[in-house]
Amino acid sequence: MTLSADGSRAGRSPRRGLSMRAGRRLWLAIFLAPAVVLFAAFVTYPILSALAYSLYSWEGIGRSGFAGVGNFIRLFTTFPYPRLLANAFGNNVIVFVLTMLVQNLTGLGLALLLARNPWGARAYRAIFFLPVTLSLVIVGFLWALFLNPVFGVVNKTLGIVGLGALARPWLGEPGIALVTLTLINAWRWLGFPTIVFLAGINAVPEDYLEAARLDGASEWDVTRRIIFPLLAPAVTIIVILTFIGSFNWFELPYVVQGVSGAPNRATDVLGLLFYRTAFGEVDTGLQDIGVGSAIAVLMFIMLVTVSTVGAVFLRRREVEMG
Amino acid sequence: MRRLCTAMIAVALLATFFPASVLGQEPAKLSFWSWRTEDKWVYDRMIRLFQQRNPGIKIEFIPFRAPEYATILSTGLTAGRGPDIIHLRAYGGLETFAAPGFIAPLDFEQVPELKRFPLQTIAGARSRKDGRIYGVPFATQTLVIFYNKKIFAQHNLTVPKTWEQFITVMRTLKDKGVVPLANGGKEGWTLEVLSGVIAPNFYGGTTFFEAVTRGQTTFRESAYTGALAKMLELRPYMPTGFMGVDYATMQQMFINEQAAMFIGGSWEIGFFKAQNKNLDFGVFPGPTERADQIPWVSSYADGNYGINAKTANMEAALKFIRFTATLEFGQMFTDLLAQMSAVPGVVVKNPQLQQVQAMNRKATPYIMLVGFRWQAPTGSTLLQSALQGMMAGTLTPAQVGEEVTRGLSSWVDAFRGR
Repeated sequence: MTLSADGSRAGRSPRRGLSMRAGRRLWLAIFLAPAVVLFAAFVTYPILSALAYSLYSWEGIGRSGFAGVGNFIRLFTTFPYPRLLANAFGNNVIVFVLTMLVQNLTGLGLALLLARNPWGARAYRAIFFLPVTLSLVIVGFLWALFLNPVFGVVNKTLGIVGLGALARPWLGEPGIALVTLTLINAWRWLGFPTIVFLAGINAVPEDYLEAARLDGASEWDVTRRIIFPLLAPAVTIIVILTFIGSFNWFELPYVVQGVSGAPNRATDVLGLLFYRTAFGEVDTGLQDIGVGSAIAVLMFIMLVTVSTVGAVFLRRREVEMG
Repeated sequence: MRRLCTAMIAVALLATFFPASVLGQEPAKLSFWSWRTEDKWVYDRMIRLFQQRNPGIKIEFIPFRAPEYATILSTGLTAGRGPDIIHLRAYGGLETFAAPGFIAPLDFEQVPELKRFPLQTIAGARSRKDGRIYGVPFATQTLVIFYNKKIFAQHNLTVPKTWEQFITVMRTLKDKGVVPLANGGKEGWTLEVLSGVIAPNFYGGTTFFEAVTRGQTTFRESAYTGALAKMLELRPYMPTGFMGVDYATMQQMFINEQAAMFIGGSWEIGFFKAQNKNLDFGVFPGPTERADQIPWVSSYADGNYGINAKTANMEAALKFIRFTATLEFGQMFTDLLAQMSAVPGVVVKNPQLQQVQAMNRKATPYIMLVGFRWQAPTGSTLLQSALQGMMAGTLTPAQVGEEVTRGLSSWVDAFRGR
């Protein structure tokens, strides 16, 4: 409420304005409350409790004495934890890089093609997006079946077309298991960056493109000098989401390979390492909640730091339309 | 009419505030958590029998998926909402719940039936922290080799006794186009089982077990790594791409007679029979170096029935726990599940299980489970992963011994600095 032209309402406004402000705040609080409560219960509280757990020593599943940074020291100095941590982190990096190269570059390529509205564009869009809607457990289960060396369709097909020599235990060979898993993941998620990039491309005003073409720019020039710079916000989102997704990766390796990061930790990632350490393997590993929580805390710090820095850096490169 | 409805609803609501138990009519309701989803029908049957004799007690058997069981149980117990009766693992898997005080200790006065159990079986129910017993053991498992009798007969093969004969049998089968072994390496624990069958006869069974658990030697010893190296000789006889073969595929290959042998544990007997009634299979122990040696078989106590220390129905729970230690329960367990009950005196009728029972006269503890699953990282965790490396060709047997010893040295004092 601002002053009116004749000032007649101004005399009443201080009290009324205050109460309205208070009312506004009340409404804001009411609307924000569900989100704040959920966030506090399912994000803030678990993070704080993980931090607390990481500072205690544990006897089985029972908390014993205060350990300070003992669990962190154990994680960084006692074999096999430092090696497992470095190995899992390295695998997360590989997953991130491979996902950027395979999934997101392919997604960008498909988005550029779809943006030209080829015949059946809408059908393609739906097809590319379809795997994203599938349950991850189903995707993992199906691909594990396809890649089974005894019954699986992949090795059988290779044999039929005379490429039997290329048949591999795709999920069992240490050198290729992680790549295989990343490709399954890319197959599932490909539609997502495609749709985001496509939306970004479609948002580029047609007159920019027309003006460039009238000036004699080639299609590649249009793409490189106009579409790509204006696509930067979409790239920021995809890079950040891929980063968070890659470093929080858990479900697919868990569904396909189990909790141990088989074979011989070749598909071990930080999420699995955390879960396995904190809660134990099926019936062969014991819970180590202290060290497990320490891993969770490290993951959280790393994700928040890198995501924030990355977002700031990528934002700077974005170009405003208008 | 409306008034009548309102009155009825009010009465119904009031009734919920005054449950019958307050008046002493309701039986004690106990929950029994387990990871044995596939055995629910057997437990339900045994619980029905128990309830008939104890009308004041009602027990509900609630199984969870095995991979999530430990997590669910931990969460339940720490939140103070666990079950009354708990299906527990043995050795270190029991310790993790018993040591912090979540399980009620049992003594011979409460459960006199425990006195008759052999010490080796009770060892799986004992906490290392205070030496007390925390459950009634339910089964013992033995690691063996299963073979398809029909395939063996088709190719005129006899059960091998020595390693050399074993390799010859496998070579013959392979030459005839039969997959000799169903085993794979995608799941590390199946490789640990494989080592539990093959290795003891080459590392010297219980003599080595005692030396290594007392800290007189480590897993770097050549006797142990040499025994692991024997596993490498099996690779040509495993399915093509065996490193990608998981447990379910292994089972399917043997059940569907696509492979002649399966190296696994005695718990498979019931499952194999249930899946293929026509499957004619026998059992033999891991082969020895020389023909005159009696083979070692790895065996262990599978797990225990325990009681939640915080149960509100301690008396009723104890009654049920005592029931699980009776010969009647053990006999039903063995008859219905085709598994070796831990209760002494059970008569085995299943022919394969009889063979397993006979082999157990020279049993050696399943090395990592019995001796080195007491703290994290467990010997099993370390061995399983390293064995995958060895079978895939990225680690040597000596490196496996090194990894296991180094990993264990964080909590096995005798290994430190060695």
